[in-house]
Amino acid sequence: MDLDAKLSDQLRGIPRSGIRDFFELVIGRTDVISLGVGEPDKPTPWPIREAAIRSLEKGQTSYTSNLGLESLRAGIAKYVEAHFRTLYDAKTEILVTVGVSEALDIAFRAVLNPGDEVIFHQPCYVSYAPTVTMAYGVPVPVNTRLEDNFALRASDVAKVITPKSKVLVLNFPTNPTGAIEPLDELEKIAALCVKHDLLCFTDEIYSELLYDGRQHKSIVEFPGMRERTILLHGFSKAFAMTGWRLGYACAPPLLTAAMMKIHQYTMLCAPIMSQMAAIEALKLGAEAYEPMRQSYEERRNFVVGRLNAMGLHCFNPGGAFYVFPDVSSTGLTGKEFAMQLLEEHSIAVVPGGAFGPSGESCVRCCYATAPDLLVKAMDGMEVFVKSRKKQ
Amino acid sequence: MERLLQILCENARQTNAELGARLGLTEAEVAARIVALEHDGVILGYTPVIDREKAGERGVTALIEVKITPESGGGFDRMARRISQYDQVRGCYLMSGGYDLTVIVEGKDLYDVAKFVAEKLSTLGAVLSTATHFQLRVYKHDGVLLRSGDEEERLPISP
Ligand SMILES: Cc1ncc(COP(=O)(O)O)c(C=O)c1O
Repeated sequence: MDLDAKLSDQLRGIPRSGIRDFFELVIGRTDVISLGVGEPDKPTPWPIREAAIRSLEKGQTSYTSNLGLESLRAGIAKYVEAHFRTLYDAKTEILVTVGVSEALDIAFRAVLNPGDEVIFHQPCYVSYAPTVTMAYGVPVPVNTRLEDNFALRASDVAKVITPKSKVLVLNFPTNPTGAIEPLDELEKIAALCVKHDLLCFTDEIYSELLYDGRQHKSIVEFPGMRERTILLHGFSKAFAMTGWRLGYACAPPLLTAAMMKIHQYTMLCAPIMSQMAAIEALKLGAEAYEPMRQSYEERRNFVVGRLNAMGLHCFNPGGAFYVFPDVSSTGLTGKEFAMQLLEEHSIAVVPGGAFGPSGESCVRCCYATAPDLLVKAMDGMEVFVKSRKKQ
Repeated sequence: MERLLQILCENARQTNAELGARLGLTEAEVAARIVALEHDGVILGYTPVIDREKAGERGVTALIEVKITPESGGGFDRMARRISQYDQVRGCYLMSGGYDLTVIVEGKDLYDVAKFVAEKLSTLGAVLSTATHFQLRVYKHDGVLLRSGDEEERLPISP
């Protein structure tokens, strides 16, 4: 049987993940120092793990409400109000999902008709374009620029808006660049959404991980935005809970109900033990993530200093846990740089092109990596960069 | 505790340049601060955290509860300092509660520790009684979990 012929055309249209290609090269090698991950180096804080263990001991192993446990949704409402100064009704406007990943998927599927366009800034998280495509939408990337520290220009967004535009996706701080959006641009982008009646999906997954005393402001806080925004957030990054697979979407009742319609049939509910852990995470709040945030900030200082000193231009990212240095001074593309660095020094970084063509001259390095390994990685990279400059 | 001390507790082998880069200080500023901390006796030393079993160490460690008669004027200090002088004593702490001092003692074997307790500790005039507890296994030491060997590796590359 020709199984390939049986695959859906929609799926076939999606290219292989650039990250996946690189993953194949690294996997199975035990000698590699990896700055290639997209998650914290530490396990989930103990009190959160313990809450899940307690709930298992109590025998809490059932399905929950499709929307998620009511007490968790109440906790989310409080947390979101405190962090985003925006009120959501826990009963009708909050949906607990299997990570931001699922939330993104059902949000797109809930609103897109074939041919509807989704605008997002690139370099970006690898899932956006494929998730849009699988929902029969058309991905419309907008390149951000190194010279802007990968912030998004409202004028660049304006250029790609068409009558088919339906959704704008934002992610600040950004994976893979660590970019922060200046408030004046964010305000202009909000005005564009209102003017062109666009929906906005704002992926807030790194919003706690901000540095240099920055305060987060989300696009949902601007006038006219709450009614057209789906706020996507989760526990993976700030609370170091990637493996728990837990996130949530906050949106007006009609959009929440629409997402819920898909979620109830495809997922039923998020795992109860993860929900129990998340309740504890929200109770702890900053107490749980602040020590990690502070440590990431210091590691960022170290890595950014070293990268610039070795001649790889790297702006000081304001959030998340990635740096995105430009490696063109070595005469290599991001991909060549990553391949050769892996081969010669057993250090893994991710080619920037995996996150979109505008990142091709860069590589992504995750500094949520143990400080001693960061030192070794920077030492190795420095030797590598020197060897390339001579050529 | 100041941040420099906190991150030295995580790993005291970071170079001054690395510490400086993390904290936004110059290498020279870090060096000067560390010298001052050492001089003031805030930093008393730097030691590795060792899984002694893996290192092939077959010795024993005991926690000894010691009751002593306090002295007029000096309280427990003179005796505690005196007990602390022995090389076998790795730690000595004044306690609240049912006894006075916790003394951590290391020896080659049970006999070695027993001999120390019988010949050195109990014979001190002010010592009223001792209760010796031998340590059987270490799970966490100085804030560091010992590796159990079944830790999951995280993926080397993820989105
Ligand atoms: C920008 C961004 N959004 C979403 C996700 C997925 O998050 P979750 O673990 O909640 O599915 C990631 C994970 O790397 C991410 O970087």
